[in-house]
Amino acid sequence: MTDMPDTTLTGDPSHDAPGQHGDDAAGYYTPGSPLLDTKAPDGPIDQRWQTRKFEARLVNPANRRKLDIIIVGTGLAGGSAAATLGEAGYNVKSFCYQDSPRRAHSIAAQGGINAAKNYKEDGDSVHRLFYDTVKGGDYRSRESNVYRLAEVSTNIIDQCVAQGVPFAREYGGLLDNRSFGGVQVSRTFYARGQTGQQLLIGAYQAMERQVAAGTVEQFTRHEMLELIVVDGKARGIIARDLVTGEIETHLADVVVLATGGYGNVFFLSTNAMGSNVTASWRAHRKGAYMANPCYTQIHPTCIPVTGTHQSKLTLMSESLRNDGRIWVPKNKADCEKDPREIPEEARDYYLERIYPSFGNLVPRDIASRAAKNVCDEGRGVGPAVDGVRRGVYLDFSSAIERLGREGIEEKYDNLFDMYARITGENPYETPMRIYPAVHYVMGGLWVDYDLQSTIPGLFVTGEANFSDHGANRLGASALMQGLADGYFVLPHTIRDYLADGPFEKIDEDHPAVVEARKSVEDRVRHFLSTNGTRSVDSYHRELGNIMWEYCGMERSEDGLKKAIDLIRSLKDDFWRNVKVLGTAESLNQSLEKAGRVADFFELGELMCIDALNRRESCGGHFRSESQTEDGEALRHDDQFAYVAAWEFAGDEELPVLHKEDLVYTAIEMKQRSYK
Amino acid sequence: MRLTLKIWRQPNAETQGAMHTYEIDGVSDDMSFLEMLDVLNEDLIAKGEDPVAFDSDCREGICGACGLMINGQAHGPEVTTTCQLHMRSFKDGDEIVVEPWRADAFPVVKDLVVDRGAFDRIIQAGGYISVNTGSAPEAHSVPVPRDDAIRAFNVATCIGCGACVAACPNGSASLFMGAKITHLGELPQGQPERDSRVVGMVAQHDAEGFGGCTNIGECTAACPKEIPLDVISRLNWDLHAALRHGH
Amino acid sequence: MTGARASRSTITLKLLMAVSGIAFILFVLAHMYGNLKAFSGHDAYNEYAAHLRTLGEPLLPASGFLWILRAGLIIALVVHVYAAAALWRRAKRARTQRYVVKKNLASSFSSRWMRWGGVAILLFLVWHLLNFSIGKVNVSGGATNDPYNLLVDTFDTWWMTIIYLLAMLALGMHLHHGTWSASQTLGLTNTVRARRNAKALGWILAVVIAGGFSLVPIFVLAGVITK
Ligand SMILES: Cc1cc2nc3c(=O)[nH]c(=O)nc-3n(C[C@H](O)[C@H](O)[C@H](O)COP(=O)(O)OP(=O)(O)OC[C@H]3O[C@@H](n4cnc5c(N)ncnc54)[C@H](O)[C@@H]3O)c2cc1C
Ligand code: HEM
Ligand code: HEM
Ligand code: SF4
Ligand code: F3S
Ligand code: FES
Repeated sequence: MTDMPDTTLTGDPSHDAPGQHGDDAAGYYTPGSPLLDTKAPDGPIDQRWQTRKFEARLVNPANRRKLDIIIVGTGLAGGSAAATLGEAGYNVKSFCYQDSPRRAHSIAAQGGINAAKNYKEDGDSVHRLFYDTVKGGDYRSRESNVYRLAEVSTNIIDQCVAQGVPFAREYGGLLDNRSFGGVQVSRTFYARGQTGQQLLIGAYQAMERQVAAGTVEQFTRHEMLELIVVDGKARGIIARDLVTGEIETHLADVVVLATGGYGNVFFLSTNAMGSNVTASWRAHRKGAYMANPCYTQIHPTCIPVTGTHQSKLTLMSESLRNDGRIWVPKNKADCEKDPREIPEEARDYYLERIYPSFGNLVPRDIASRAAKNVCDEGRGVGPAVDGVRRGVYLDFSSAIERLGREGIEEKYDNLFDMYARITGENPYETPMRIYPAVHYVMGGLWVDYDLQSTIPGLFVTGEANFSDHGANRLGASALMQGLADGYFVLPHTIRDYLADGPFEKIDEDHPAVVEARKSVEDRVRHFLSTNGTRSVDSYHRELGNIMWEYCGMERSEDGLKKAIDLIRSLKDDFWRNVKVLGTAESLNQSLEKAGRVADFFELGELMCIDALNRRESCGGHFRSESQTEDGEALRHDDQFAYVAAWEFAGDEELPVLHKEDLVYTAIEMKQRSYK
Repeated sequence: MRLTLKIWRQPNAETQGAMHTYEIDGVSDDMSFLEMLDVLNEDLIAKGEDPVAFDSDCREGICGACGLMINGQAHGPEVTTTCQLHMRSFKDGDEIVVEPWRADAFPVVKDLVVDRGAFDRIIQAGGYISVNTGSAPEAHSVPVPRDDAIRAFNVATCIGCGACVAACPNGSASLFMGAKITHLGELPQGQPERDSRVVGMVAQHDAEGFGGCTNIGECTAACPKEIPLDVISRLNWDLHAALRHGH
Repeated sequence: MTGARASRSTITLKLLMAVSGIAFILFVLAHMYGNLKAFSGHDAYNEYAAHLRTLGEPLLPASGFLWILRAGLIIALVVHVYAAAALWRRAKRARTQRYVVKKNLASSFSSRWMRWGGVAILLFLVWHLLNFSIGKVNVSGGATNDPYNLLVDTFDTWWMTIIYLLAMLALGMHLHHGTWSASQTLGLTNTVRARRNAKALGWILAVVIAGGFSLVPIFVLAGVITK
């Protein structure tokens, strides 16, 4: 992509004054006290991480063996942390729900990983990466975290290369870079279209090495179902062995959640089938705040849904928009026709029409919203699902004319093959069809600069935390964050906490442990004894539809309120009428799904409340009430330059909103325009 | 389309399983094979029968979780993963036999789900480069010839799905192992541990109960990532070198 | 993995198999060439047989070369068969529950027949040695002390020729896969080209050796080679 104004216009107070619309979410939440990140040092931004590393207390190597660390998740964030903490000599227990740590969903990342190596001498630097990330996040992220992320990014590449990650190289044998996601420098390292896979395998191998060394014990096919909190501190987890069904108690001195994103609340997303919010949500219910849950990234170029059987969506690299032209028929009647028979004058190249200067290369959220709009108008193409065609053409015919078929093959052949395999259509001959899909969540558990949540002893890394991407994430930055957290940040910050350990020993009959265990057992029993009539998937699908419709690309006060009502009644019905067969004592995939969907209901409701509260458009969050006259996103720094951290107050209580104000000292909040 | 499915059902590792026959209707071309099974499962649940258990996660051909023996072919008739196999590869009225990977080193967990933990243990036995976090030299300090990097990448794409084992008449995991040996062996970073790596991995492979390779070549034909047979040659070569070096 | 020994691995078994197999190949090549002497007639053939026994004299005792050769072949045979049996057993144990349906896509028939083909060759060898070497059995009841005549008598019997030809089929198949397999086992096939060459060599050796061996029995039966 070319350089994109990926930040939003800031609100002109006269145009949309505060107080004019009141408090949208009033009645859905309770205001709480402001929240402060007490761990981020002050001082010049480029010194903060050094300072913190130095101030964080050390743990004597002899004591490390006595300290138990639980890490849930084996993606880039969890795998790298397990390897590093294992190397340091701690006693690590690592959990994942898949049959092998190597299958964590980080494996699916395609594009690449950013790092401020400036190998191209094109003016990149730590500061520029920092700046781009904050700007890309539409000034809704915490500057000290982002700066640190940019700072350690270079170490990540060194580490991965040493592990044998086969990054793309130039003829001279040095690493190649490309520019990605709308930035003007080439700082993205990649391994063909499988960067996530290669990085994950690197972390996985490092972790397996520690398994062999005896410092890491790995628990595969184990799902964390509850957090154990004793005397206010996280002290372990309750996990279910997915094969035997046994409910196990694992105690430790500290717990790390690296459980990935919760995009699956939308049912259809580019996430893996098993991606879930359970670990985070259980922690949330035990006192960890959930930050900015509504921030969702929707990716414009995914393969459209083909029918009600659809189980997930597949991402197609964004780079396709460099050469493909996006259009739909001008006339609804043409939507069923073979696109090749629709004459040029009957086509609406709507992005080129509405955004003449950026055309098909407008930012992700704009491209996504525009596609939704034309489909809502009834001009979508492809098969009709539930009566609506949701797809737009991405046409390569002029590019093929210009570059020749070989030229296109050279650039995109693996993507074209993937498209052909999934759709059965040949994109060289007939235009591709694409549609936006949920891809990434910027929201997650609130953490301080140390990556510690509001529960002492509970650390959160990777996509599961909210920390670094603000309201929108730059392409190729999630991989960077996962590895930064796991290899270079957490190992330093966690020692400060562990320096107080080993903590008092607790045993399995501690009331807090017994309670946690019992709540899990009760839930399992409930699902298996409900004997209802509807399958878990059917609920999940319906929840997903509600979320997509009202809390997807464009959100409005009315829609969100409606969604909250719908979710509440569906949730009610779910608890009374879900049908889960089989037993608790064996592999039971319906039972696993039931637990996940139960948590998605609660999360979905909170997402809607958060979206309702944030009456501004920023990053991936577009509120229809907050736009300029020409339909552009409008940010309100005066009212919303804060992190919304939600506290769980009880099943029957309203969530409590704590605000962490975002203060920028090293960077100025800016506005930009597309025109 | 309408299909007859013959599916291996086995409640758990201890109980003997058997093939069961199911009829399924209304299957569309666009469904992936696993979505077809999802539909079958919804039917089964509605009828109060236990749904068929099978592994999958990414459903885009990269995590390696899925894998079924479909009409005697690992991942079915196309060169891809089961999750990327689409029903347009079948015809109305087809009978499809679905079995789990069969290898004693991959015991059945339930129905079509098997335990591939043996692969992790093979990696633990040496499938890595020992470099502690933070001790890595600057990435550009060791240039890697582009061709070597490409070769390493090509075989590093193995997704650990186990189709090679499933397809091999000897139940050998040599292709999987060879892919890792070749990936790390192509790179300068992988040289110091080359001998111990191959010796450790091969010993673990054998201890897990996989068969020895007799170069039959079914593995590579079943491999969704088209890992070529020369990785096994490389594996053998590296083992001989280790033997010569006194391991 | 401490204590892992490279020498105890399946790959080492295969290495032994490849080395012994290659020794066999060299032997059968030479043996096949020797057999073709039958086309030169009674005396030339018998002279060659005798020559085998005096080869290396006076450095070696009478029949010394032959015994060295035999010892080598026996060792190779023991190693080859032992390794084959060990790998076979492993493969059986590696998959005790068989597939209901299993298709073969890429493998040659030869590759899947290595073991039974090997057994066939072994049976043949037993008979062959009884026939020509250890036992000297003349199925037509004639004399056994004249190698050339024994040969001709044997293959004048049609079913003996059939047995030999079947054995040569088995041998050809074994060589077809065995040659490629040994190259792969030795780690010599790291490129597509090397693999193609190894496969081609397999075909060539199979045709040359099995074909070459088959000429004598066929021509005897056809009455071209006579006493
Ligand atoms: C299709 C796709 C393409 C992408 N491309 C890019 C890209 O090019 N560049 C980029 O920077 N980012 C990309 N991203 C985003 C990026 O891949 C992810 O944000 C990142 O990999 C998340 O890593 P993680 O370690 O936090 O979580 P994950 O990799 O998702 O790992 C989660 C782990 O938690 C475990 N887990 C979850 N819940 C439980 C539980 N309850 N109990 C036990 N274990 C649990 C899982 O087993 C898994 O091991 C992409 C994402 C997708 C979906
Ligand atoms: C005596 C009885 C024999 C038996 C039981 C036997 C059996 C086998 C078996 C089971 C294999 C391994 C299968 C495989 O690699 O696919 C094999 C390989 C081989 N055999 Fe034999 N064989 C016998 C005789 C011979 C003879 C007479 C020759 C040569 C003329 C020979 C040459 C080879 C070669 C070259 C290989 C390949 C080795 C490798 O794969 O590395 N074998 N044999
Ligand atoms: C048509 C094919 C063959 C013919 C006509 C043939 C013929 C003979 C003859 C005549 C002898 C006796 C030589 C002597 O003692 O002077 C002999 C010996 C022998 N042949 Fe063959 N042979 C054939 C194929 C084979 C094959 C395929 C093998 C191996 C797989 C083989 C292995 C041997 C061995 C091991 C001996 C014993 C040598 C010794 O005495 O030590 N032969 N063969
Ligand atoms: S080598 Fe191929 S078939 Fe075997 S595990 Fe890897 S990807 Fe799967
Ligand atoms: S099929 Fe099996 S025998 Fe070897 S070449 Fe492949 S592992
Ligand atoms: S489900 Fe991930 S590869 Fe098929």
